[in-house]
Amino acid sequence: MATRVTMPSMGADMTEGTVARWLKKEGEAVKRGDKMAEIETDKTVVEMEAYADGTLLKVLVPEGRKVPVGQLIAWLGQPGEKVPEESGAPAGPLGPAARPAAPPPTSASAPSPVATRLAAASAPMPARPTPPSPPPTPVTEDGDRTKASPIARKLAEEQGIDISKVVGTGPGGRITRDDVLNYKPAPSLPSSSINRPAPKVIAQDIPLTSMRQAIARVTVRSKTEAPHFYVTVAVDMTDTMKFRQHLNEALAESGIKVSVNDMIIKASVNSILKHPKFNTSFAGDKLQGHADINIGIAIALEQGLIVPALLKCQGKSVVELSTMARDLGNRARGKGGTLSQQELTQGTFGISNLGMFDVVSFAAIIVPGQAAILATGTVKKTPVVKGGEIEVADIMHATLSCDHRVADGAEGAVFLTEIKRNLENPALLMV
Amino acid sequence: MAELTIRQAIQRGLEEALQNDPNVFIMGEDIGKYGGAYAVTSGFLEKYGPKRIKDTPISEATFIGAGVGAAAAGLRPVIEIMSISFSLVAFDQIVNMAANLRYMSGGQIKVPMVIRAPTGAGAQLAATHSQSFETWLAEVPGIKCVAPSTPADALGLLRSALSDGNTVIFAEPAQMYGVKGDVPDGRFTVPIGKASVQRSGGDVTLVSYGHGMRVLHSAAEDLAKRGIEAEVVDLRSLSPLDMDTIVASVHKTNRALTLDMARRTGGIMAEVAARLQEAASDWLDGPVARVGAEDVPWPYNRELEQEALPRVEDVLASLKKSYGI
Amino acid sequence: MNTRAAKAKPKAHVNGANDKQEFLELYRQMCLIRQFEEACGEQYSRGNIRGFLHLYIGQEAIAAGVMRSLRAEDYVVTHYRDHGHALARGLDTNRVMAELFGRATGLSKGKGGSMHIFDAAKGFMGGHAIVGGQLPLAAGLALACQYKGTGGIAVVFFGDGAVNQGVFHETMNLAAIWDLPLLFFLENNLYGMGTAAERTRAGGVDIYPIAGSYGIEAAMIDGMDVLAVREATGEAVKKIRAGEGPKFIEAKTYRFHGHSMADPARYRDHAELDYWLSRDPLKSFPKMMLDRELATAEELAVVRKSADDEVASAVKFSLESPPPAKSELFTDVYA
Repeated sequence: MATRVTMPSMGADMTEGTVARWLKKEGEAVKRGDKMAEIETDKTVVEMEAYADGTLLKVLVPEGRKVPVGQLIAWLGQPGEKVPEESGAPAGPLGPAARPAAPPPTSASAPSPVATRLAAASAPMPARPTPPSPPPTPVTEDGDRTKASPIARKLAEEQGIDISKVVGTGPGGRITRDDVLNYKPAPSLPSSSINRPAPKVIAQDIPLTSMRQAIARVTVRSKTEAPHFYVTVAVDMTDTMKFRQHLNEALAESGIKVSVNDMIIKASVNSILKHPKFNTSFAGDKLQGHADINIGIAIALEQGLIVPALLKCQGKSVVELSTMARDLGNRARGKGGTLSQQELTQGTFGISNLGMFDVVSFAAIIVPGQAAILATGTVKKTPVVKGGEIEVADIMHATLSCDHRVADGAEGAVFLTEIKRNLENPALLMV
Repeated sequence: MAELTIRQAIQRGLEEALQNDPNVFIMGEDIGKYGGAYAVTSGFLEKYGPKRIKDTPISEATFIGAGVGAAAAGLRPVIEIMSISFSLVAFDQIVNMAANLRYMSGGQIKVPMVIRAPTGAGAQLAATHSQSFETWLAEVPGIKCVAPSTPADALGLLRSALSDGNTVIFAEPAQMYGVKGDVPDGRFTVPIGKASVQRSGGDVTLVSYGHGMRVLHSAAEDLAKRGIEAEVVDLRSLSPLDMDTIVASVHKTNRALTLDMARRTGGIMAEVAARLQEAASDWLDGPVARVGAEDVPWPYNRELEQEALPRVEDVLASLKKSYGI
Repeated sequence: MNTRAAKAKPKAHVNGANDKQEFLELYRQMCLIRQFEEACGEQYSRGNIRGFLHLYIGQEAIAAGVMRSLRAEDYVVTHYRDHGHALARGLDTNRVMAELFGRATGLSKGKGGSMHIFDAAKGFMGGHAIVGGQLPLAAGLALACQYKGTGGIAVVFFGDGAVNQGVFHETMNLAAIWDLPLLFFLENNLYGMGTAAERTRAGGVDIYPIAGSYGIEAAMIDGMDVLAVREATGEAVKKIRAGEGPKFIEAKTYRFHGHSMADPARYRDHAELDYWLSRDPLKSFPKMMLDRELATAEELAVVRKSADDEVASAVKFSLESPPPAKSELFTDVYA
């Protein structure tokens, strides 16, 4: 009868071993005590001895395979003897899948402890009973856990006292045994809070308008496609504000009134002329240049935001730009005509101004196809240090959002500084 | 009833055993001709002869191991270690032999032996001679461990140890050999594994053993002046531990403090505190207050040593912190 | 002043007219140990024996040779390579094997294992697994014999590794000053686990001279020669019983296998192993008996067969024995 050869246990901590080398070949005669194979354990390589005479009939585990202790690795028997059907479990690292579900007994009659253990390990674990949930902990009105000693809780429960009503006098305000024993419930009073209806929260769904949908689409596209970076400067508008005052006084009869925004448009145009990169579109393999400077102006309408453009701003004076902008705004609001397709789609640079809302600064989202957008806050009287003295100045913060695919931070800074230089030197706005 | 010191009580117990049981013999360093480092066996050699009173070489591991062998062969050795600090060199024999033999032989071998050793700090003996390893040995299954703090307990526990079937570590508080107390006449015994309530009170339970009892009794006096009645419990037996007595006291007082004159980390009193949290959590009015020696090697300098030892003030401060009393 | 000098005992010689039955019994014991240990190795590889397993193969002549001189009232204490001593002392083969299997029928109900074999009724006071730790215990057993005047002695076996422990020296000192009836039996198999004794021992691998410095008479013998072991032990035991105090025997021997089952023994070279294998007492002793016509090949085969059968039935007994009850966990902790 053929004898099973199993992965030997060669140490107290050995659970699996690798057949490093077969020292006998299939068909080779083996004598009791012969070294049959080299077994590699975690610690060393040991030689596996034969415990019976015979012929190595069949090797089931090739060299280099790791198998659990006790797994069948070869058959020993008489030459020509037929190997029983049973073969080794799929070889592989020790794991639930690799474990034989019910290992056959060793050649002796009783199963080995190892085999028994392996069998037990593959049996399903009994479900662990869920521990009972702990009793709810009293909570004070400010949401903190009430600190009370175990005996204080026990006594309070026994006497039907709401422990959260007991004042703790122990260390750290802990409610102690004596606090509960000395507790006298206060006479019950009507609720002290004034009967005031809570404000109603309006919780209704708002259907998206087509403009809202467009805004959603466009801003997501911009933020998804164009990696934004932001550069902010503080612009001293003191001189420009004075200049604007003089200019508007001079223009009073013509009915023209130049706004801060008009001057920002002019300063932007001047700066773009010097740094035309900010008048391009990122086009995959190139920055597509534009022959005109079309400044998009963010206009807040009741239905939402639109950014129509002032077309061909290059060469226009601040007064001309002012006139164009007023006209654009009117038409955007449905007065004196409509916006052209060109105005709605051909902007090359954007400006968004929230100065009228007393906003200090903010960052705008670039209109897709443009390289940058300038966001300006309110012009505010601010103490500044000039020549070592503190002075009051008209300060406005301007933030440029740039498409990083088009320009880098330093370029954005240089460009924004140019806008600042224009805004701080009103003479340049007259060029 | 007679007034004896702890030293005299132990002497009485040893002499009784020598007289009543021919299998009892005593061995240790300088116990014979010298009379014992703490004079417990003074005059024994002359009275009982060299077969029964054996001076040993300074080989703690070997004479304790030899005691195990003698006990396994049916004798009842009483071994004196000059200081429990020296038990360290014999731990293999105490733990692997005295404690494990019975279990690993499947109950075939008994080791009825008493190991006496003075223990504790307070005499400026510095790091190597001031330790309290009874608190380590109390963790070892297979041996028992007792520590008396009164003459009556010393005699009663020694009698029990001398008739026990196991090795008993008999830790004698080194600074308390001269403590006097009433000892009943007759052959009373104190059972191993039973704590003693040395002072009754309903406000707070104070637990310790050995030298710690002196501190607890002083603290109880101070508390009494403020109208707080402390119940003072002496473990007496570190192994087996009598939690029932302590838990019963805490049911009454709702407050507990453990005091360890050994280093506070990991000692037997830490175990008592842990078991109290386990067994009496619902009865406690705050965390178990713990006082123990500082976790440092024992210093030689008097002030430093006193600083490391727990004092009455520490007990009171700890009660304030845990219970606000 | 102690003047008892150490002296090496020359190799024992065989007297031609020795008792045949005695020789066959020595051979039977050695065969039993060898077969038992081989079965242990096999059962270990099958996972039926776990933990640490240290085989005595190669050292059989010592256990067999020593025990012939002992009486029922004597004590035997040994190290963790203890199966051979247990069997030679006459412990029940079934119960020793069952202990290795961790079964309820084992001598320690399965709580001790291979390294901790005890049979108090036979004065077999343990295999001990802290190297050298058994020496003081043996001194105490000898002290009890002396104290009670039983006429018994104690024999303690230890290896070359134990001699570097402090308790080795302490115990020799204590035994000498108290004149304890104790035989120190050193099985010098030249290795402390995987480290050669010559690498850990100042003064060379001969250890017996140390005993002389404690005033203990010492002999060195060939541990592969069962008759030399028997003769040297017989002489030493006679002197101890006569009240001469402790004696010391160093037997040079060799374990053919590694330190434990996990040890492939790569620290030894083949020439060294081959030399010692050529001195295998299981080969040389029967050959001597045949050469001197003290036994026939058939008689020797009968002895071998009986040993094989005894071991096979011990394995069967162990396999069929139940494990200890769970409640045994908590018994035998305290008396």
